[in-house]
Amino acid sequence: MQDKEPFLIERRHYMFGKILFKFGVRKQKTRENIYGYIFILPWLIGLLAFTLGPMIFSFITSFADYNMLKIDFIGIGNYTRMFTKDQLFWKSLGNTAIYAVMNIPLVTAGGVIVAVILNKSIFGLRTFRTIYYLPSIMVGVGTYFLWMLLLDPANGLVNTVLGVIGIQGPAWLTDPNWTKPAIILMHLWGLGGQMLLYLARLQSIPQDYYEAAALDGASSFRQFRSITVPLLSPIIFYNLTIGIIGAFQIFQEGYIFSGDGSGKPAGSLLFYNLHLWNQAFKNFKTGYANAMCWFLFAVVMVMTLINQKLSKKWVYEEDGSNG
Amino acid sequence: MVKKKKIGDLILFIVLCLGAVIILIPIAWMVSTALKSAPEVAAYPPRLLPEKPLFENFAIAWNKAPFTRYTINTLIIVFFNIIGGVFSNSFIAYGFAKINFKGKAFLFNIVLATMMIPGFVTLVPTYVIFSKLHWVNTYLPLIVPMFFGNAFHIFMMRQFYRTIPNELSEAARVDGAGHFYIWGKLMMPLVKPVMATVALINFKGAWSDFQGPLLYLSDRTKYTLQLGLQVFKGQGFTEWNYLMAVSFLSMIPILILFFCFQNYFIQGMNVGGAVK
Repeated sequence: MQDKEPFLIERRHYMFGKILFKFGVRKQKTRENIYGYIFILPWLIGLLAFTLGPMIFSFITSFADYNMLKIDFIGIGNYTRMFTKDQLFWKSLGNTAIYAVMNIPLVTAGGVIVAVILNKSIFGLRTFRTIYYLPSIMVGVGTYFLWMLLLDPANGLVNTVLGVIGIQGPAWLTDPNWTKPAIILMHLWGLGGQMLLYLARLQSIPQDYYEAAALDGASSFRQFRSITVPLLSPIIFYNLTIGIIGAFQIFQEGYIFSGDGSGKPAGSLLFYNLHLWNQAFKNFKTGYANAMCWFLFAVVMVMTLINQKLSKKWVYEEDGSNG
Repeated sequence: MVKKKKIGDLILFIVLCLGAVIILIPIAWMVSTALKSAPEVAAYPPRLLPEKPLFENFAIAWNKAPFTRYTINTLIIVFFNIIGGVFSNSFIAYGFAKINFKGKAFLFNIVLATMMIPGFVTLVPTYVIFSKLHWVNTYLPLIVPMFFGNAFHIFMMRQFYRTIPNELSEAARVDGAGHFYIWGKLMMPLVKPVMATVALINFKGAWSDFQGPLLYLSDRTKYTLQLGLQVFKGQGFTEWNYLMAVSFLSMIPILILFFCFQNYFIQGMNVGGAVK
């Protein structure tokens, strides 16, 4: 079969249509419907088996004392325990919120600033772009180990450099107050991924906008505020949405940096999902963990909705054609 | 005016150089630590470069744990992740892009909505399902879901299919060709670039996945590279030179892929930005 000509159709190329015809499907429209559902069938099965089904199951068992073997319905017992008795629940929620509040604005702002700079015509631009993007492909557990080494309080590179310029560096991953800044430092190093999104958008902004603004005497800061930020705002919004969901998913950092998933030092790395993980897979309190899952889901939904509401105030819509 | 601009550019260039140094030094540190001897690692103040680079550290470190085995295990998972991702997503996306069926708009909205569900919400119940199926401690939980599509990739591929004129598939339909033929013979060659992007994303994802193997694999011979690394460190082997050597080796495949297929990586990133 060398030909890619769509007009040389052989018998076997419409076998399925023939079968349908034999079974009495005569209408073109019905046939298209059947075809459509066959094509999306894998997704539909996946949706039921790996998303909707599990969610319903977890919702039901969130009202039970359940350890994967025996199920014992206790009403809203898991939820009351979560809100009133489980100190670590609040601790982990607080840790996650603090992390989110620090991480999202810093990484977003950093990404935008680097993208704006790398959108100018500068000598060696391609090389710079590659270098700034490089850390975001250095993925895996190895990166975390690298940062543990760099942030070693005694002879780590970061504190050594800080010492040279006369600053006594903190104990980073061993000081409960500095564990989250340590994670954010690592994320700032890897902000190239976000930068790239902004860069792609910036490249689509016509240069005349800036030229016209410059002719009108607008300063570069003014141009940034009145042209760049509005045109970037849809992507910033997208990243904020993903960022909020991502921040509430933080797990690996806490698990690896605390060494054993306990969230030490002083529980400062015990993020929500780490606590959830320990409840589900270490203490086998599956019902309780499912209640935590649903609370997480509710929190993320509310945050996303708030973000969406607020976005109407600042996200710039380009005559509605960019959706 | 021109002079002022030139000075501004120079300052920017210097700032960028500084930033580049800050980004590159940790990577250089990783390699230099890997080449150090144990006393050099512990030395204070730390030396930037080892006196005599010990290249044998890479081989020593690699053999301190069954890393070859771990790599093979990882590659098995990666392979099926790529196959599953590429075929399922291109198949499903074709349905959403090129076939008009009842309820399509509604179902596609569900695809978009599922992007907003944090993975952890379904983690526990999915684990229960897999454990009831006796799939725990096998690779199946890490592979099978990949054959049922991924919302982000379905979206990305659908956008790509939509750039192909409908006339092509419609003409084939008029001539009597079925959708399977159109998908497999006509569309596949045209969507190769986006399939490559999905393959790369899945390679990167499966290669660097830590949480999945941590949850599902308990038998040490089944460990993946990431899990093996974590255990290697946890065993008290905080011999940083060896740890950095293996860590660096574990990153090389993705670095090579990136430098060979930069455009596909970047394309994959950008489509994310098109979801609004």
